Amino acid sequence: MITPTHYMLLSAALFIIGVIGVMVRRNIIIIFMSIELILNAVNINLVAFSAQLHNAVGQVFAIFVIAVAAAEAAVGLGIILAFYRNKETVNIDEMNLMRW
Amino acid sequence: MDLFVIPLLKILIVLNATLVGVTYMVLLERKVIAWAQSRLGPMRVGPYGILQPIADAVKLMLKEDITPARADRWVFTAAPIIAMVPALIVYAVIPFGDKATLFGREITLYITDINVGLLYIVSVASVGVYGIILAGYASNSKYPLLASLRASAQLISYEVAVTLTLVSVILVAGSLSMVQIVRAQESAGWWFVFVQPLAFAIFFIGGLAETNRAPFDMPEAEQELTGGFHTEYSGMRFALFFLAEYANMIVVSSVATTLFLGGWLRPFPGVSALSFLDIIPGWTWFLVKSFVFLYIFIWVRATLPRYRYDQLMRIGWKVLIPLAIVNLVVTGIIKVMLL
Amino acid sequence: MGEAIAFYTLSFFILVFAVLVVTTKDTVHSVLFLVLDFLFVAALYALLGAPFLAAIQVLVYAGGIVVLYLFVVMLVNLKRPPEAHEDPHRRTRFGYALSVAVLVELGVVAAYSHAIPAPVLAGARSVIPVSGNTEEVGWLLYTSYLIPFEIASMLLLVAMIGAIVLAKREL
Repeated sequence: MITPTHYMLLSAALFIIGVIGVMVRRNIIIIFMSIELILNAVNINLVAFSAQLHNAVGQVFAIFVIAVAAAEAAVGLGIILAFYRNKETVNIDEMNLMRW
Repeated sequence: MDLFVIPLLKILIVLNATLVGVTYMVLLERKVIAWAQSRLGPMRVGPYGILQPIADAVKLMLKEDITPARADRWVFTAAPIIAMVPALIVYAVIPFGDKATLFGREITLYITDINVGLLYIVSVASVGVYGIILAGYASNSKYPLLASLRASAQLISYEVAVTLTLVSVILVAGSLSMVQIVRAQESAGWWFVFVQPLAFAIFFIGGLAETNRAPFDMPEAEQELTGGFHTEYSGMRFALFFLAEYANMIVVSSVATTLFLGGWLRPFPGVSALSFLDIIPGWTWFLVKSFVFLYIFIWVRATLPRYRYDQLMRIGWKVLIPLAIVNLVVTGIIKVMLL
Repeated sequence: MGEAIAFYTLSFFILVFAVLVVTTKDTVHSVLFLVLDFLFVAALYALLGAPFLAAIQVLVYAGGIVVLYLFVVMLVNLKRPPEAHEDPHRRTRFGYALSVAVLVELGVVAAYSHAIPAPVLAGARSVIPVSGNTEEVGWLLYTSYLIPFEIASMLLLVAMIGAIVLAKREL
């Protein structure tokens, strides 16, 4: 029997993998992709509870999360491209123009 | 038995028919373009060139498989597969006909009917873009990379216009399931091409662009980009790309037939005076209509010159998408007024 | 029984591909593993009885967003590896330890709440006059959640304009 707790554990594991990706990697594109993993973990949680409670609200919110993720990916990648044109790097340790 | 064996048999029949059909599409294209140019096309291999596709297939299978020196081997091998698989799995939801009785069992002439069938087709088509991007990237060479970026930009641009026209059809039919759309045309008595002519035109032009066919075949134009994204491919992998393009053509024809031309319905299904046409089975109507579309694809290639890339993108974004949006809004308004 | 097999297989692949996304050195391979991950997540949605959301996941996430990532990765194709410069203030192993601690904590919370049966929420089941998953989601989107829907569409418009402005060479 697969209860929503199983889906919650899967979602938590995926979330933590995404957080590790954000913290450990230095390539900013990989960091963005780890953020997408985090958003997907949240979506899995929402849809699992929507299935348990037989209410489609969870899926509606998952659609909103996907829309926000699309907007964030577009703008974020635009920023990366603009930065790359100026400084020729995608390593976030080198993106320190505003440091004192 | 009913759960596994019958769908498996249907899948086998459909896949085999598709692959044979795709191989003979090559011959059909060469013949039709030849006749349009007042020559005869392949005539030597077999009577009137009938065995030419078999000769082509044997030749391509026996050719040397070259992988470029510093190409990404896994991605290079996977790209033709990623291009071919979406073209084949779309057949799971296309209805070739209604029910038929075989050996005392009543079987439906479609592999399955999911209630998000049209959305499944669109999402699978959007995954098919990866084959082209990865083919150009994995070749580790300038011309294929440029060509693949151009081709994928073209594909994702025209996907928007095509999806908007599909939404208009969904509004009129009231369902996302392919079988329900045909049944809606049956109960309305009209093929949807008469109800949504602008959507049909946009879908067809978008379908030409989605399959990289002339006049939108700049990304694989031999004169400009030395063969486009499949320059570095040889042998069976090149054959897979080629076959994937023709399989996509057949998919677009089948979807256009189902959505706009009534699928398995006879012409004017509401007019009872024409019911003598009912002796022709539904799947025959489907095949005839799809064949008409395929012929138009080849006819257009033989006739029209190629668009330049910036003209192509301009048409996709500045002409087709606004027209599709206007069509959608007008359809919505009429639908609300009629309710 | 079949659901359990499907769930464990899908979650195994989801987690394996997620780990591969985070650990692969080659960025293009990382993006490809992300696509596979999203396809398996879409299969999980289909298992959970949300076919509309599964199709949207493939169409928007795997077929749109990740294609965008792939484009940017190919445009930013660097000669020297981007991991060369290391920040001396970075504490990687401490980060790993903290993440594992948070995961264990989440697991304990989940197991604890699993042992206590949840009270039946009386008003949770929705009463919507349409049947079918797509129709239900559509009904909710256009009646109860219309304002968030409109705000989301405005957000997408703003993001589109922002992305075009950011990526232009000269304004």
